[in-house]
Amino acid sequence: MKSWRKYTIAACCLAVLGFVGAVMFFYWPHGLPQVEASKAQPVGAELLARGEYLTTAADCAACHTTKTGKAFAGGLAFKLPFGTIYSPNITSDPQFGIGNWSDAEFVRAMKSGVGKHGEDLYPAFPYTSYALLSTDDILAIRAYLTTIKPISQPSPENQLAFPFNQRPLMRGWKLLFMPWHPFEPDTARDEQWNQGAYLVEALAHCGECHTPRGLMFQRKQSEALSGGDVDGWKAWNITSDKKYGLGMWSDQQVAEMLSTGHTKGHGVASGPMREAIDLSLSKLPASDIDAIVAYLRTVPPVTGDPNSAVVRTRDEVLSASSSPIGPDTQLGKEIYGGACASCHGWNGVGQFNPRAAISGGHALSDPEASNVVRVVLQGSSDHEAAPGKTMPAFAKIYSDAEVAALANYVVEHFSGRKGTVTAEEVLEAR
Amino acid sequence: MTHVLTHVTRRSFLTGAGLVLGLLVAPRMRAFAAVDGAVAGGGSNLAQLNAFVKIAPDDTVTILSKHIEFGQGPFTGLATIVAEELDADWAQMRAVHSPADDKIYANLQFGIQGTGSSSSIANSYLQFRTAGATARAMLVSAAASAWGVPTDEVFVEKGRILHMGSGREAGFGQFAAMAALITPPADVKLKDPEKFVLIGQQLPKLDTVSKTDGTAIFTIDVIPDDLLVALVARPSHFGAKIKRFDDTEARKIEGVVDVKAVPQGVAVYASNTFAALKGRNAVDVEWDLSEAEIRSSDEIAAYYRTIVTQPGLQAAESGDLQRNKSGDDLLKLERELLFPFLAHAPMEPLDAVFVPSSDGILDIYTGAQFPDMDRKTAAKVIGIDPERVRLNTQIAGGSFGRKAQFGSPYMQEAAAVFAATDRTRPVKHMWTREDDIRGGWYRPLYLHRVSGSISKAGRIIDWDHSIVGQSVMGKAGLDETSVEGAAELPYEIPNLKVTAHNTKLAVPPLWWRSVGHSHTGFTVETFVDELLEMVGADPVQGRLALLKEDQRYAAVLARAAEIASWGKPPAAGRERGVALVKSFGTYVAQIAEVSRGPSGGPVVHKVWCAVDCGVAINPNVITAQMEGGIGYGLGAILFNAITLGEGGAVVQSNFNDYRSLRINEMPDIEVAIIKSAAPPKGVGEPSVPPIGPAVANAWRRLTGARVTNLPINGLITS
Amino acid sequence: MVKFMLNREPKNFDGDGETPLLWVIRDFEKLTGTKFGCGIAQCGACTVHLDGVPIRSCVTPIGALEGASVTTIEGVSGEEATAVKAAWVAIDVPQCGYCQSGQIMSAIALLQSTRTPDDKDIDAAMSGNICRCATYHRIRQAIHNAATSMEG
Repeated sequence: MKSWRKYTIAACCLAVLGFVGAVMFFYWPHGLPQVEASKAQPVGAELLARGEYLTTAADCAACHTTKTGKAFAGGLAFKLPFGTIYSPNITSDPQFGIGNWSDAEFVRAMKSGVGKHGEDLYPAFPYTSYALLSTDDILAIRAYLTTIKPISQPSPENQLAFPFNQRPLMRGWKLLFMPWHPFEPDTARDEQWNQGAYLVEALAHCGECHTPRGLMFQRKQSEALSGGDVDGWKAWNITSDKKYGLGMWSDQQVAEMLSTGHTKGHGVASGPMREAIDLSLSKLPASDIDAIVAYLRTVPPVTGDPNSAVVRTRDEVLSASSSPIGPDTQLGKEIYGGACASCHGWNGVGQFNPRAAISGGHALSDPEASNVVRVVLQGSSDHEAAPGKTMPAFAKIYSDAEVAALANYVVEHFSGRKGTVTAEEVLEAR
Repeated sequence: MTHVLTHVTRRSFLTGAGLVLGLLVAPRMRAFAAVDGAVAGGGSNLAQLNAFVKIAPDDTVTILSKHIEFGQGPFTGLATIVAEELDADWAQMRAVHSPADDKIYANLQFGIQGTGSSSSIANSYLQFRTAGATARAMLVSAAASAWGVPTDEVFVEKGRILHMGSGREAGFGQFAAMAALITPPADVKLKDPEKFVLIGQQLPKLDTVSKTDGTAIFTIDVIPDDLLVALVARPSHFGAKIKRFDDTEARKIEGVVDVKAVPQGVAVYASNTFAALKGRNAVDVEWDLSEAEIRSSDEIAAYYRTIVTQPGLQAAESGDLQRNKSGDDLLKLERELLFPFLAHAPMEPLDAVFVPSSDGILDIYTGAQFPDMDRKTAAKVIGIDPERVRLNTQIAGGSFGRKAQFGSPYMQEAAAVFAATDRTRPVKHMWTREDDIRGGWYRPLYLHRVSGSISKAGRIIDWDHSIVGQSVMGKAGLDETSVEGAAELPYEIPNLKVTAHNTKLAVPPLWWRSVGHSHTGFTVETFVDELLEMVGADPVQGRLALLKEDQRYAAVLARAAEIASWGKPPAAGRERGVALVKSFGTYVAQIAEVSRGPSGGPVVHKVWCAVDCGVAINPNVITAQMEGGIGYGLGAILFNAITLGEGGAVVQSNFNDYRSLRINEMPDIEVAIIKSAAPPKGVGEPSVPPIGPAVANAWRRLTGARVTNLPINGLITS
Repeated sequence: MVKFMLNREPKNFDGDGETPLLWVIRDFEKLTGTKFGCGIAQCGACTVHLDGVPIRSCVTPIGALEGASVTTIEGVSGEEATAVKAAWVAIDVPQCGYCQSGQIMSAIALLQSTRTPDDKDIDAAMSGNICRCATYHRIRQAIHNAATSMEG
């Protein structure tokens, strides 16, 4: 009896302890470690220049600036299965921006995903990548952001369903999925490779889109860079696999894609990747691009669903009449002939504009045609570099069924695979 | 804008001599950047020698074309005819549209002013030759009297007036004003066709340059200051009426000025086209379908099948079909063919611009195929004196029959849209491509059933052909346009019966380039071809053996065979098909070479075409019309159908699903024109009917598959 | 307010940024050589050059054209333009003429990028331009002739 009681008490104590532990785990305020730049950190104009470069490479603007909004004023919506969250204002505005954040708070946000008031941030903010950044670099970004014109404008409130609106839950998620150490150079590799690794894994946070995610929205690091998705767009496999990834691309082709968004024989970037190129990658020095290429070459090959392998386009034989057309793709062919062929060509090599050279693009061999559908609906534009030399948006022009037929034709024509897009999927993509 | 209208003495120069003064229109006050349409009759102060010829001081000769120029070449053809008799130089010739006038500018085949039935040259040939010769005589008289020499010493050559004895010489411009005051001679001598110097030459077309540099003004380009652009929200179903509509959202759109109900739908008026488009999209209309056509094309075809074997309207009957029902020597064949509704889909959708002026004259700019009917209709709808309406025919971006409508239903809509405004601002009413594809006035859906027999020797013994479909002319009795090309066959057939059945649908019907021949030619020529194949006859030789007396049929067929090197086998994987159709007085034979394309349907590589249209006024235009008609007809038989879906709404909407032939599908074409002294006939339509059966016959010989359900590539519409 | 160049002249447009370039050119600038045919990029009648590249102005919103340079049939010039227009006139390509501005703009762009196009190049570059009169046979010939004339 005694022992029974003892066990009960012990169990109760454990439960209480566990509960208290759990409460403490989820609700104990986050610490705020003091931070200091190393001696190597530049100062003055040099620091700001470094900060600007890092801010560009980290592509902060992509999420913190809306299409029509002021720079870094936030407000971009992220539509997730469990609700919508909005990127915050990161200008130096004291009320709505980060003007009155301390350096330590800024570093904590970047490395640990914790907000000014100790609240846990959602991993739409790629802190699992930024955690690998050096404190110096984070402080340089911070220094640059303080020079951004303050915009006194709040971000909309997040709209999340229970339990996802419970921020402390993120602590459990972080416990499981946050990297434990900052980036450490591999001394067996040269400086270029290490610079590439730092860019890909930390600063440019490529894996946030290109690495598949698990049930808990975590990046599946065992399949790193083997392809993921973002806002319905597919981010392709960029491992060194020959069939699924970049294994067949030359160094120059990878570099060209990264810096211009297109390379002959491998198609064009569109959607979020187009944006990453426009806002960030195209502005990086060639040495950075080469470093990324050097690193990507060593990413272990990962294969996937056979239907996700790239089909090489047979440019030389493709023409208006080259693919067998069934009743379900005839309409798509008509639309392609009218609206697409005059610019892209029947063989996809692009008539006038290298950016129209879609031939060989991974998107064209995707039976779900996710990216094809989206680029048709939204178009693809680059206002700064080439006003109007762009793919027009056809969302208002063609019906769901027409876009589906077009996408299915494009997949069948260029890859020989059967497209599976339905009108309902197009409606969802709008 | 100030208009000075000198009332033209509307006396046809043919009926009586007399002085016809020039139409003087003061230069308009042009506001910056306004685009004005062409004023009918040319409009500037040119000396008018008769209803069809004006001459300017700079020697240019402007002919007034009573026929609309929408691509088939009447400007060039009519100017050639006038220039020939006038002895003008081609470089000095110009052409404009005549004013709208059913009397002076009547189509002599129709009795009213109108373009159609490929009749522009045919009906105008003598009239315009006379106009040219008369004008020449007046110039000669004027020059002779000025020079004080006898008229028979004055000659005209290449646009110069010459006096041999004195060596005096002048241009037309110098004597034009004087000539205009002379009483035209009652009868003039026309040239001996052997002496023609311009007719029969490859003269450059008059309208090419302005259509190459973008300066040609079509109706849609008429953009006066203060213009309202109006689009009409039109019903989803034929015969539907407005039940109610809500324009709240439409009125909120910037640029939308007004929204009004008109008999044809709900009109949205805006200060620019895009605002009108947005505004129309925003109008919420509920339609009353109680009197609408709610049957699908399939249901209509099924209904037609119940009629096709019934007794109908007799279009032709000879011999005795019953007598030869049996006989060992006879091979029998029976086919049913289904032709879909077809839209004309001219490049320029229907449009009209109304420009009121303070002096009470209403100018209408439109690509009118029946201009005076349009003018009178507009006046009636708007409720004003027709004399106060001036209709200015504009060059049009194609028509193919679309703009030729009895009762001018399009003008009724456009005029109603103008009438519903306060009538102080110019209004442009236009259709979009969707309005055009879904707006009706189609080539009707037809069901044919034909049975016949052929002897082993290749003689067709029986022929029983029944056609079901709407009467384009709206007749209760036999409509010749439904059976033309079927009721009179070029082939000798002792026992023949052709029956027609008129049906009534709420879908408005209209003639479509080549009218009845667009379907009868297909049935006749595919059926004959199949009969000949059954007895192993050669498609060319077999037809030649069957032809009646008329040698012109044989000549075009033989000529087509000659240029196609008929007899030499085509390349591997290809077959050739033949068709021979006379329409609108013009004989056309075509041979099409076809293979199976990678996508499974036919690819047409080359078409050889021989044509006999009588006197060839301008071989350049004739060749162009053969090429264009082949392309137009080919696109239709390969791809086109307007389908009423379940519930009766039109399935197609634009060029994505009612598609056009594209350049990569255009065959190479070789045209031979038969030299002929017969009166000239038209070329705008006759090249359309043969291409369908020529391709279908090649396809059947290549694949064994008979084409009885059009279009051949019916995938998107079936 | 969108600032752009039209036939080498600076222009401003301060209306609805969604307005397709086609209607800006026609309704606001009163340049009528560029035609409306379908509104959905299927027919090519509205083809203009944007920084030298042929585009369908009916689906190109003016709002996206800040700083762009637009050339229409009225303003197109240069060796290829001269050769193409001359070739068009020489063999009387147009019938109704409505689509021809678009055809010519596509043909000029083709010759600018491919000096001696073969039939396949012509098919690819021109298949987005519909001609209901089916003047394709002469369009093809005129493009070949224009290319030949530029060699001389």
